[in-house]
Amino acid sequence: MRDFDYIRPATIPDAIAAAAEPGSAYLAGGTNLLDLMKGGITSPERIVDISRLPELNRIERLDDGGLRIGALVRNADLAYDPAFAKSYPAVAEALLSGASAQLRNAATVGGNLLQRTRCSYFYDTASACNRRQPGTGCDALEGENRLHAVLGWSDACIATHPSDFCVPLVALDAVVEIEGKKGRRHVSLEEFHRLPGETPQRENALEPGDLIVAVRLPAEAASFSANARYLKVRERTSYAFAVVSAAAALVVDGGKIRAARLALGGVAAKPWRARSAEAVLLGADASEATFASAADAALADASPSGDNAFKIELARRIVIRALISALSGTPERLPALPASPFSNIPGARHDA
Amino acid sequence: MTKTTIPVHLDINGRDHDLQLEPRVTLLDALRDRLGLTGTKKGCDHGQCGACTVHIDGERVLACLTLAAQVEGRTVTTIEGLAREGEMHPVQAAFLEQDAFQCGYCTPGQIMSAVACIREGHAGSDEEIREYMAGNLCRCGAYPHIVAAVRQAALEAAS
Ligand SMILES: Cc1cc2nc3c(=O)[nH]c(=O)nc-3n(C[C@H](O)[C@H](O)[C@H](O)COP(=O)(O)OP(=O)(O)OC[C@H]3O[C@@H](n4cnc5c(N)ncnc54)[C@H](O)[C@@H]3O)c2cc1C
Ligand code: SF4
Ligand code: FES
Ligand code: FES
Repeated sequence: MRDFDYIRPATIPDAIAAAAEPGSAYLAGGTNLLDLMKGGITSPERIVDISRLPELNRIERLDDGGLRIGALVRNADLAYDPAFAKSYPAVAEALLSGASAQLRNAATVGGNLLQRTRCSYFYDTASACNRRQPGTGCDALEGENRLHAVLGWSDACIATHPSDFCVPLVALDAVVEIEGKKGRRHVSLEEFHRLPGETPQRENALEPGDLIVAVRLPAEAASFSANARYLKVRERTSYAFAVVSAAAALVVDGGKIRAARLALGGVAAKPWRARSAEAVLLGADASEATFASAADAALADASPSGDNAFKIELARRIVIRALISALSGTPERLPALPASPFSNIPGARHDA
Repeated sequence: MTKTTIPVHLDINGRDHDLQLEPRVTLLDALRDRLGLTGTKKGCDHGQCGACTVHIDGERVLACLTLAAQVEGRTVTTIEGLAREGEMHPVQAAFLEQDAFQCGYCTPGQIMSAVACIREGHAGSDEEIREYMAGNLCRCGAYPHIVAAVRQAALEAAS
């Protein structure tokens, strides 16, 4: 790891001023940044450690019924917050399906949103990678690309965004609260991450110095609490990134779908909100036939970017399974294997 | 070329240490190379194996993905700090009794993780133990005995 200056600002304005200098990077939990620095994938000259900024550590209920989650709230603390898990069970389940207990104790809300792709050529500085080094090409196109994108990719980059947390968040209309040199602004999570197009190095809406201060969930997000699920297919039972995943949330009344949310993970460079599928679900009978049409709509624009056509059919099936699972009701206890499509053994209760 | 170093104060297993470190030094390297606390192991150095698991303020984290400077003012516990007055910690005793290792390289991390897993209330069934211990890999494949040791220690803690 290249050496760097380490600073620990006491206030948000100090942090933003320090990070706006070229060559700076914020350090939160460090679980992604330090890994990338060890490999020389990124080599900041100045590390701005924000982990002690007290204002960013809170979970606040807003007067309008929404929720504001500070950027430094740790993934484990959020998942185990009883009120949070009760209102947003699919988000808690997604958090607990990610990484390991040790990593979730360090990883933060902001860091999770900003984690970089797991494309192995991005990690290998000897490979051509437009995302890491613009204009060099993309070794994944002709390489090992089974796990790469099937939606929203371009010839410049076919990588996926690896976050589990972001998938139910984007389904529930989460908003990212950003503070920068020009003040505070709000960007919907759906708009926050960018598809690669010709500029895969531009991964999100942040400008130099911009600090994520919070993620907000609108009041409506809690209305899905009785029928919400996150399911994730992995190449091993646990401690692995998603091959594909889906978050499904429904409001059902008299057998009809009154409201529906659906998003996919592991399929694109951003958490993928499936709005065309939601349109199919809305007002329709809550049945497997409807779910199959919704899954077709969700994947209608999908195409393989390499050796990964199987992911399209897998995603279709996991969408149907997540919708069936949401319809049958949020499990009273979180499963022992969160988000597993293969096991529903109940685990510890932390939403009581 | 002289390297810039910063003062870092560490509280490890109840003892205070004042070190002068380059900012890039991880907690894992500070423990092993500067303080001679080699019980905490380096497996992958990339957050993938759990061999470097320690407790910070009582919670399990990975020392290889933590800068030493990040834990200033926090309490660090390593495998060397588990035993009390010469008595093994009950989880250490359970690992011995259940023969929960072969080469032993992953064991300090497994034990640190298990202590936290039990305290968190995630050792209620074998499925749950497997899931909440999934961040600790064992190349020797001692998993069935590790699960048995965690189960035994969890039952003892509950009684
Ligand atoms: C072995 C392993 C397995 C994993 N498995 C999974 C998995 O299955 N699912 C999953 O979703 N994730 C997984 N992860 C990734 C993990 O979730 C992320 O590393 C973590 O969420 C990053 O959070 P952090 O606080 O540690 O971020 P850091 O590493 O501190 O920061 C990450 C990036 O975000 C920037 N940053 C951080 N906070 C802010 C802020 N408030 N404002 C602006 N910029 C900021 C940093 O500058 C940096 O660029 C895994 C990681 C590892 C190492
Ligand atoms: S897919 Fe994207 S991240 Fe991977 S090598 Fe190509 S440009 Fe880089
Ligand atoms: S050495 Fe830290 S996880 Fe492997
Ligand atoms: S006992 Fe050898 S790696 Fe676990």
